[in-house]
Amino acid sequence: MNKVKCECGHVNPEGTVLCEACGKPIEGNQHIDGNEGNKLLNMRYDGTARRSQTYNKSIIDKIWSFFSSVKVGVWLIVIALVASMVGTIFPQEIYIPADAVSRDPAIFYEDRYGILGLIYYQLGFHNLYSSWWYMVLIALIGISLVICSLDRFVPLYKALKRQKAKRHETFLNRQRLYSESEQVTPDDIETVKENLKKQRYKITDENGHILAEKGRFSRWGPYVNHIGLIIILIAAILRTTPLMHTEEYVWVREGQQIVLPGTNGEYYIENKEFIMEVHDENDERFAQAIQQEGVVPSNFQTDIVIYQETNASVPGAEPELEPILEESIQMNKPAKFDRYTLYQSGYQVNEFTNMTFKVHETDDPEESSLGSFTIDLTNPDSIYELDSGFRVQVDQYYPDYILDNGIPTSETNFPRNPAFVLSVYPPESDTPEISFIGIGKNIDATGENEYKVGIEDFELHDVSGLTLRVDFTLPFFILGAAIFMIGVIQGMYWQHRRIWIHPKENGILLAAHTNKNWFGIKKDIEKSIENTPITMARDQQELDE
Amino acid sequence: MDLLNLSSTMLYTAFILYLVATLFFGATIRQDKSERRKKRKSGTIGITITIIGFTAQLVYLITRWIASGHAPVSNMFEFMTFLGMSMVLAFIILYFYYKLSFLGLFALPIAMIIIAYASMFPTDISPLVPSLQSHWLYIHVTTVALGQGILFISFAAGIMYLIRQVDQSSLNKGSLWLEIVMYVMFLFIGFIVITTSFNIMDYHAEFEYTEAGNVTTTDYHLPAIAGPNEGALLTEGVMEPWFETPTWMQGADAGRKFNSVIWSFITGTILYGLVRLIIRKRVGAKLQPLLKNVKPDLLDEIMYRSVAIGFPVFTLGGLIFAAIWAQIAWGRFWGWDPKEVWALVTWFFYAAFLHLRLSRGWHGEKSAWLAVGGFAIIMFNLIVVNLVLAGLHSYA
Repeated sequence: MNKVKCECGHVNPEGTVLCEACGKPIEGNQHIDGNEGNKLLNMRYDGTARRSQTYNKSIIDKIWSFFSSVKVGVWLIVIALVASMVGTIFPQEIYIPADAVSRDPAIFYEDRYGILGLIYYQLGFHNLYSSWWYMVLIALIGISLVICSLDRFVPLYKALKRQKAKRHETFLNRQRLYSESEQVTPDDIETVKENLKKQRYKITDENGHILAEKGRFSRWGPYVNHIGLIIILIAAILRTTPLMHTEEYVWVREGQQIVLPGTNGEYYIENKEFIMEVHDENDERFAQAIQQEGVVPSNFQTDIVIYQETNASVPGAEPELEPILEESIQMNKPAKFDRYTLYQSGYQVNEFTNMTFKVHETDDPEESSLGSFTIDLTNPDSIYELDSGFRVQVDQYYPDYILDNGIPTSETNFPRNPAFVLSVYPPESDTPEISFIGIGKNIDATGENEYKVGIEDFELHDVSGLTLRVDFTLPFFILGAAIFMIGVIQGMYWQHRRIWIHPKENGILLAAHTNKNWFGIKKDIEKSIENTPITMARDQQELDE
Repeated sequence: MDLLNLSSTMLYTAFILYLVATLFFGATIRQDKSERRKKRKSGTIGITITIIGFTAQLVYLITRWIASGHAPVSNMFEFMTFLGMSMVLAFIILYFYYKLSFLGLFALPIAMIIIAYASMFPTDISPLVPSLQSHWLYIHVTTVALGQGILFISFAAGIMYLIRQVDQSSLNKGSLWLEIVMYVMFLFIGFIVITTSFNIMDYHAEFEYTEAGNVTTTDYHLPAIAGPNEGALLTEGVMEPWFETPTWMQGADAGRKFNSVIWSFITGTILYGLVRLIIRKRVGAKLQPLLKNVKPDLLDEIMYRSVAIGFPVFTLGGLIFAAIWAQIAWGRFWGWDPKEVWALVTWFFYAAFLHLRLSRGWHGEKSAWLAVGGFAIIMFNLIVVNLVLAGLHSYA
């Protein structure tokens, strides 16, 4: 290690630009902070020796220097920014709209956006934010955060601790705010000191050399907020493990009681009722808006009961369910139990619970029943034997019937628009008559059927879509966000201000530095030197130089 | 509905007061040294009127809140109005710190354009859908607006810096881009002018078209240059659309919004052309002499400080509070919805801005361009993301 000894006697670490104690520029190192040929000294890191600027031999040095560069950091941010923008050009896969021809991304993007959509899909931009390269980008930003912070924080902390009130003249006259004054009496200096104290400056006096300092803690703001960000990134990594975060989406019909997925059979849920309310169109406050935009929902709610299985330890035993929670889940009002949170996330109104059909003679105008049967739509039988001797066989069941290019098919597995192909065997006959029947449809395949099947009755129910979530990472995110906010406020809303007074034979040198808000420090100085002959520090940097 | 009437009157009053205040701030331009006292007086009157205007807008906010039963920040009109108000608040605070009257000459008109732009959207009180029924509505939205309002001051200072510093002796990169920024301002004014004109004429043209698989109707308040995609004109005796809105434009009622954009371009371009004909110079060149007594250093500092102050507020409202609410309402604190992504883009952008300030050579003009860029990103998130990219946030 080639330590550098300054003329003031302080021994500085290798690579120091400005002596930690007196601030004198150290010869041979000025290129590091770009001070050569400049009137003003670069005070960004107080001329401390940063590892990244000092060692550049081994591969580790090179990697360290690369990531500690602000330039690299900014480029990473800009690339992440552009990449994030790209992801919003077309919807991400999870946001493919419900009216799309297909939820299959291979079809959707080309169908809706043409060749650009196809390219977007083929480049994987439909899942951009979970792509490996986006993750890598964020990880690189994380690495940059850590290295940048360590590279600067440690030497800066040491330098500010070791700084002396007595500064070298070259250091002072190369500050942005600087002035020389003649004929200053010790009384004047006392006045200034008092005034600075009143403005909450901390005064260090070293044989008449004065350092007035305030807000040093604001220098740590950036490092504190970077710690917050790193905690958030770590939390995000933790969240990808099923140990810390799980999510299940479950559809529960009204009146249905099912085991909650992802709870290892420990908890059951019963959906007592799903309620959807809309804003009253007669409410005069909203009448106009509702008239223009149509019905506006005001509430989505599921009344649930959560049961705990108390007999789970005995394998194969009948579950013994004990109700532990009865609650109405609404949007913005999830239910919580144990480590789970249950959210109202979706609904489906008016699904068919069951349908009752009757058989009658085709040409009977009275349609008098020759027997009826009820199909449970969530669990249809394959054959229904009627008391009157008829047998009805369910050949095809379309829970959510649509005609797709002339071919009957089911759009979903939910009984929203049920339709059937039924074979009706009259009593003591083995030749079936085939009928197609659905809501508003009753088609006789041959046109020669003697018997017809008609809908007699049906029952409806609503279905609630609920999200069940376990997330142990939330406290980490909250902690990270809180630390970030503290750091960013500490760094942005306070400034580190230093004012130096350097006595000369007859007068003084006055210099000042702040890391931001030069307007503010100028006001501080003006206030302190009021009624003294001290010359106001001149701003040696004008932007339009 | 007396309260509602009072509310809109107060908003109108605030708008007029901001206009009057701008004139007083304009009067501070007089360069004669002997008139410095007068200058100061004119600035004081300006700020007093601004504060009265702000108070009037506060009354608008409170009365509308009482009338609707929820914080009036739930649709495009309400949010943009509030944004304009936050910008005025940020200006008032910074005025007392820096005492720079000229800032008012630029900040207030920008706030006024935002408020006027807001008024072009439906002003009816809309009932809240279930996901919006939460206290987080006003916690989240007001903090975001406040943060953005402060960031907008950096845009005002940045624009002033550019007008002051860009070389106007010839058409170069700087003066051209500055002129483009000016032109965009004219487009906003064009939108306001044309919408107001046809509103006064009470123009209506109704179309029937298919959106998201449902047949709906839409009511154009401007003559349809671009009709809805595969739409049928229902109103008789009005102009037939010249062409249809392309299918790739998503979001509710894309056709009507696209039509408004076309009209803004036409009107804005005509206005800009007229102004250019009269002043016979670039708008930037015409404004430059106004600012010759303002120190560019001070503008640079105001620009940087408003980012430094606004960035934490925006982070808190736009990312942290947003995430907390999303967790409560939707069960996930982050979902890569376009609005969320653009809030992140804004955050990245200002983070880059703050880091660039660490390097030499990024102060002054480059910073000013960045401040303009940040404003563009926020406006993009507000207008384009709401109106063009469909998402969970397209409430307007």
